[in-house]
Amino acid sequence: MAKFTAKPKDLINIDYTTPKTEWMDTPTEIREHMFCHATKAKDLETVEFPNIHEWRPQDEDWKLPANWEQTILQGMQDLLKKYRSFQLFMDICVRCGACADKCHFFIGSGDPKNMPVLRAELMRSVYRGNFTLAGKILKKLAGARKLTPAVIKEWWYYFYQCTECRRCSVFCPYGIDTAEVTMMARELLNLLGLQLGWIGGPVANCYMKGNHLGLEPHTIKSSVEFFLDDIKEITGITIEPTFNRKGAEILFVTPSGDLFANPGTYTAMGYLMLFHELGLDYTWSTYASEGGNFGFFTSNEMAKRLNSKIYAEAKRLGVKWILGGECGHMWRVIHQYMDTWQGPADFLQEPVSPITGTKFENAKATKMVHIAEFTADLIKNNKLKLDKSRNDHLVVTYHDSCNTARGMGMLEEPRYIINNVCNHFHEMPEDTIKEKTFCCGSGTGLNASENMELRMRGGLPRANAVKFVKEKHGVNMLANVCAIDRATLSASVDYWVPGTAVCGTHELVANALVMKGEKERTLDIRLEPLPGKEASE
Amino acid sequence: MKLYDFLSENKTAIVSTWFNEILATYPSDTSNFLKNKKDRFANPVGQTIFAGMEGLLTQIIAGLKTGEVLNKAEIDLLLDGIVRIRAIQDFKPSEAVGFISGLKNIVSNQVKDAKKSASVPSEGELMELGRLLDDLLLRAFDIYMGCREKIYELKANEARNLTFRLLRQANLINESRMSAPCFLNFKNIDKERKEVAK
Ligand code: SF4
Ligand code: SF4
Repeated sequence: MAKFTAKPKDLINIDYTTPKTEWMDTPTEIREHMFCHATKAKDLETVEFPNIHEWRPQDEDWKLPANWEQTILQGMQDLLKKYRSFQLFMDICVRCGACADKCHFFIGSGDPKNMPVLRAELMRSVYRGNFTLAGKILKKLAGARKLTPAVIKEWWYYFYQCTECRRCSVFCPYGIDTAEVTMMARELLNLLGLQLGWIGGPVANCYMKGNHLGLEPHTIKSSVEFFLDDIKEITGITIEPTFNRKGAEILFVTPSGDLFANPGTYTAMGYLMLFHELGLDYTWSTYASEGGNFGFFTSNEMAKRLNSKIYAEAKRLGVKWILGGECGHMWRVIHQYMDTWQGPADFLQEPVSPITGTKFENAKATKMVHIAEFTADLIKNNKLKLDKSRNDHLVVTYHDSCNTARGMGMLEEPRYIINNVCNHFHEMPEDTIKEKTFCCGSGTGLNASENMELRMRGGLPRANAVKFVKEKHGVNMLANVCAIDRATLSASVDYWVPGTAVCGTHELVANALVMKGEKERTLDIRLEPLPGKEASE
Repeated sequence: MKLYDFLSENKTAIVSTWFNEILATYPSDTSNFLKNKKDRFANPVGQTIFAGMEGLLTQIIAGLKTGEVLNKAEIDLLLDGIVRIRAIQDFKPSEAVGFISGLKNIVSNQVKDAKKSASVPSEGELMELGRLLDDLLLRAFDIYMGCREKIYELKANEARNLTFRLLRQANLINESRMSAPCFLNFKNIDKERKEVAK
């Protein structure tokens, strides 16, 4: 047995707080399972990003370009000039700490550098040291520090542990948005060629082929054809969607992930079934074949370049307006940036639902409507025949994607839809939904596999709330309106709340949708027997 | 005094010392938060660990009292709550599960401290507790390994999905013209995937 030299009494009186090191004196250790691989040089070449070089995050030497310091400081200067918000966010934080414990990465990891205030401080300290008089003179006393290669590594490590979810900003009395600080940091790191593979690859693919996965037109078409086979098996109905059809009324754009990865594929099947049932005059595009925008996680300019294809394609095809699929960050980009970057889209018309006549006035500027708004309007106007009982095997809760909830304020439509297509719906606790929703934990291009431990940390607060409703109400399905959620929450709940599945809202719609001329359904959209119908199979 | 009575009487103090001990493995800014934020949704780590420790002690007391075997399912559930969290934080395996051994010292210190004033549990009973905690430690280690394996499994699953995707793409994209066989391949893989998924 081990020998204890301390007296029992002393042992009981131990002060169990760890010695305090100032964050600036705590070195950053780049840990396995916490970061994403570096991007391939060829992907950066495709989009002509600067300072392309081979490097590995786990190496001591990141082979920074010779003028790295000047590049960063000049870059900061440019961004400060360009964005007044960035300048403000650097200046006005009073370190009140209201945001400190609101970040899912801090909550799940316990690493203080994941407190939003400290995350931003990683950059503010350099800002003070180089751009403020007080910082230049008082240095560390004024919270300033020098820019060193270690600081660059620290930035890289922690600004890729932020999913730009903006939960912290909801609690900041000054409205400081740490997500924007992260955007600036990532833009600066990109100047040094320090891009992630999981971001750089999709960006290059999207630039060359129109979508993150690099699917070529025939692949997209054949992907959809597989769905049609399955839909026929389930409903007996033959659907014939069109691609790149000029003169269609509506262009439909959705994240490409849903064409390839389960459970997103079931959501895509839901779109096909809904549009067929409505007889909608719409077309898919194999060029504007990506709603998402990973460019948004690199630089403003790149995001703009990738986004431009949507209007270009709408113009080429001569459609009247654009309908967009279930996605998160896609809608933040459309809602907050698209009109500024590419507008006015005066070659398009203000969206009007051809089925209900509803004018989507909220989409007046962008001419682009979220499918949840579109479908909620259909239901409200009694245009869909729905059999809720087909979802009776599911006990559903709804996860607000950060971007649709905080980025565009869409809170009620998905809930309205779910309540109309399901009999069993239960909300997660109030502080974990709507504006205060917890991130899935893997957004902004952090949904690689090699950083799984990071993803589990970030996913904990959301999964913890799911676990609660699972225990309380028997929830077995986590619905959402975001393609990244569908991919990332699947892994997260598998670790934290096994036995819970993840689906898009339009998968639930498709289950409930009673289609004209359909055969009696015995299978759900996943081709699994509907409860009570197993025998007739 | 029997050990279970002693543990019941000193439960609050023991849990609080035990909790403080695990909190000390986190940076001080963090441990304050973990300790003081009482909302289980705002602070799942602190609250899960605290509830887990409290629950474990309750189970131990009940086990000692009835002299029956511990409710293993319940114990595993409580251990899982704590270990699953620590398995994905910055801890070595020994650090992730080491909190269990800590309880031995805490209890024996409490006992030694109480010796002067009251009758205390026997050495034999303390050794019995030690054996029980050894068993818990082994169970915790199994859970820890299960968690780590799950992380690797999640990684492997995603990588495999990606390979499927690449295969599918290779079949269709690398061939400049589509042909029937490549379509068939594509479809087979898709079916295969469904089988695998099932
Ligand atoms: S934006 Fe989200 S991920 Fe980033 S610091 Fe704020 S809460 Fe954390
Ligand atoms: S809440 Fe706002 S002002 Fe307070 S520390 Fe956070 S960013 Fe600074």
